[in-house]
Amino acid sequence: MDLAWTPEEQAFREEVRTFVRASLPTDISAKVLSHRRVVKDDYVRWQKILNDKGWLGGHWPKEFGGGGWSPVQVHIFDEECAAAGAPRLIPFGLNMVAPVIMQYGSPWQNSHYLPRILSSEDWWCQGYSEPGSGSDLASLKMRAVRQGDHYIASGQKTWTTLAQYADMIFCLVRTDSTVKKQEGISFLLIDMHAPGVTVRPLYLYDEEHEVNEVFFDDVKVPVENLVGEEGKGWTYAKFLLGHERTGITGVGASKRELVLLKETVAAQTKNGAPLTADPVFRQKMAQVEIDLLALELTLLRVLSNRSRPGPEASILKIKGTEVQQALSELMMEALGPGAAPFSRQAIDEGGAAAPFAPEYAAPLAARYFNWRKTSIYGGSNEIQRNIIAQMVLGL
Amino acid sequence: MDFSLTEEQQLLRDSIARFVQNEYSFEARKAIVASPTGWSAKVWGQFAEMGLLGVAFAESHGGFGGSAVDVMVVMQELGRGIVVEPYLSTVVLGGGLVALAGTESQRQAVLPGIARGERRVALAFGEPHSRFDLNDVATQARRSGTEYVLSGRKAVVLHGAAADILIVAARTAGTQRDAGGITLFLVDRASRGVTVHDYRTIDGLRAADVALEGVRLGADAILGPLDGGLPLLEHAVDLGAAALCAEAVGVMESLNALTLDYLKTRQQFGQPIGRFQVLQHRAVDMMMHAEQVKSIACLAAARADSTDAAERRRAVSAAKSLVGRSGRFVAKEATQLHGGMGVTLDLPAAHYSKRLTMIDFWLGDSDWHLDRFAAA
Repeated sequence: MDLAWTPEEQAFREEVRTFVRASLPTDISAKVLSHRRVVKDDYVRWQKILNDKGWLGGHWPKEFGGGGWSPVQVHIFDEECAAAGAPRLIPFGLNMVAPVIMQYGSPWQNSHYLPRILSSEDWWCQGYSEPGSGSDLASLKMRAVRQGDHYIASGQKTWTTLAQYADMIFCLVRTDSTVKKQEGISFLLIDMHAPGVTVRPLYLYDEEHEVNEVFFDDVKVPVENLVGEEGKGWTYAKFLLGHERTGITGVGASKRELVLLKETVAAQTKNGAPLTADPVFRQKMAQVEIDLLALELTLLRVLSNRSRPGPEASILKIKGTEVQQALSELMMEALGPGAAPFSRQAIDEGGAAAPFAPEYAAPLAARYFNWRKTSIYGGSNEIQRNIIAQMVLGL
Repeated sequence: MDFSLTEEQQLLRDSIARFVQNEYSFEARKAIVASPTGWSAKVWGQFAEMGLLGVAFAESHGGFGGSAVDVMVVMQELGRGIVVEPYLSTVVLGGGLVALAGTESQRQAVLPGIARGERRVALAFGEPHSRFDLNDVATQARRSGTEYVLSGRKAVVLHGAAADILIVAARTAGTQRDAGGITLFLVDRASRGVTVHDYRTIDGLRAADVALEGVRLGADAILGPLDGGLPLLEHAVDLGAAALCAEAVGVMESLNALTLDYLKTRQQFGQPIGRFQVLQHRAVDMMMHAEQVKSIACLAAARADSTDAAERRRAVSAAKSLVGRSGRFVAKEATQLHGGMGVTLDLPAAHYSKRLTMIDFWLGDSDWHLDRFAAA
């Protein structure tokens, strides 16, 4: 056991740090580090910079045009990008549909879609949840009926993150309603620009347009857009969710938020002294910091033991989101009454939410409310506990 | 970044696991706890034969040249059997402090004897008023010619009665809570003026209150620098705290396994109670605590030998704080999930729960370490 970074890992970290510092546009990092809203152009600019360097698919296997990084390298990369204030890499194409296509997709799907993910030509979104199918995902109703060399897809998806930007959606659809619910599901890739697709915004807690409802009204989908076999979609869906959950851990971003939290807290006063000196607040921060430290080590322990996430990814999802939420809560709490002023404009474009308020305060309460989503999405933390109970504990 | 154990460490782990499995049954442990001394000389001799007692000492001191990571491996396995022998007090705390602070002749006088199973050491640092603060020392060591005369009271000395040698923290200068002015003394337990009051602890171990009344010692009894004992004592206690974290991993994993087993076999409402989601989720939370504790115990072990005191304190305090909090949580949940059986002495689970809870009360509790972590 040696919990120090190897010289190779250290060198890789230096290489990433140097590149990110030199290449990340400062207008983007300024937004991220001040918790302002990041828009499509910001995400895409950063993706293109990384792709030019060959790092956007650093975690992809080499045979698919990736960098073949080890899981520990992926973690180091994530940590350095987050620390510098890079926007998160939107996972739907890069980390979710791509591994499914690599594992189960046709040669045509591989050669057509994977390069377009890396080049940012296609923005992907995820068509899993439906109004009647949240935690009970396998009960989904959206149908796809085979007609010649097309499927005709009808139904509705919801909670579709950033669908307003998307060119493609991967959908779980019902192709057979006569068999067990898990066995009648197929995995279909649908063009968001096809006739019959409608996107309607849902506004979250913090008034952000982040998620959508997506309606499919007899949308024609070529059969070559079926991934793998008809009726095997549930298997592919579970494979994908394992990847989603490891990504949600968010250790790199949480470490950055801890630094920002400490800065925020140092700027507050209580009884004429910095809030950092308040024993009650200080201990709350220390507790989260310790939880995060343990989580980072648990993540590294999982990563160094296995290359592919198993059911233990559920532990990482639960603990990761708990830490994220605790950090966002302390950040808001640090402001005291200064957390209350709200201005959409300040969150979108910068500036303070009230005349006497500092700029950094404006997004923090909104962010707290927004981050309540983390324990609900990606399979709620209760569903994760069901998974661990069944798959790990054998209950 | 490497979490794997070496081949030697795996062999060490497996040999202790076999020992616990074959020779340290629940019934055997019960008999040892109920014996007059509360620990087994026979088991101690077996530990010496297995090489456990010198695991972290240098080869020139009769040991195997191991590290805190080797101690972690040992303590995890001892935790699985809730072993009550004075390993922590003698090998980790006492031996650790002599190895850190002793002159070569002091090391030669103590460490090989520990490794052979012939000598036991206890660390007498706490006092009735001091809680977990190592600097809060009222015990006096007054200079008298070439000698020192010790007077004071040491409270809850882990395995004090099992020891031949007590390492006493006493004040040679300064006032009661000064960091400077604390000196460590090697005291033969049989010295005139030393009275050891042995008693049981709630978690099956032994501790002692030690009265020191005009104990006369030569200057050669001083361990480490005069007036400068505190940093060394702190380091030894950090080694001990890291070892307790490792022990907690073993206790917690065993307790979780026992609880899981109970959930799968206990029938109510016509089915195993583990079918109920409300209990499943609690079992999952217990398991997540164990995973986090396992991770952070690795960090404590990896940093416990560090001579960078700030780095060592930060890692050990992060670990001991989390272990304390999680240990008490898991112990309470295990008790509750066992229902009435959880509060009887008939099931091993109750004994594991008690030990896991009380680990938080040795060498700095969760709050004390959280405070030290936050202050760093």
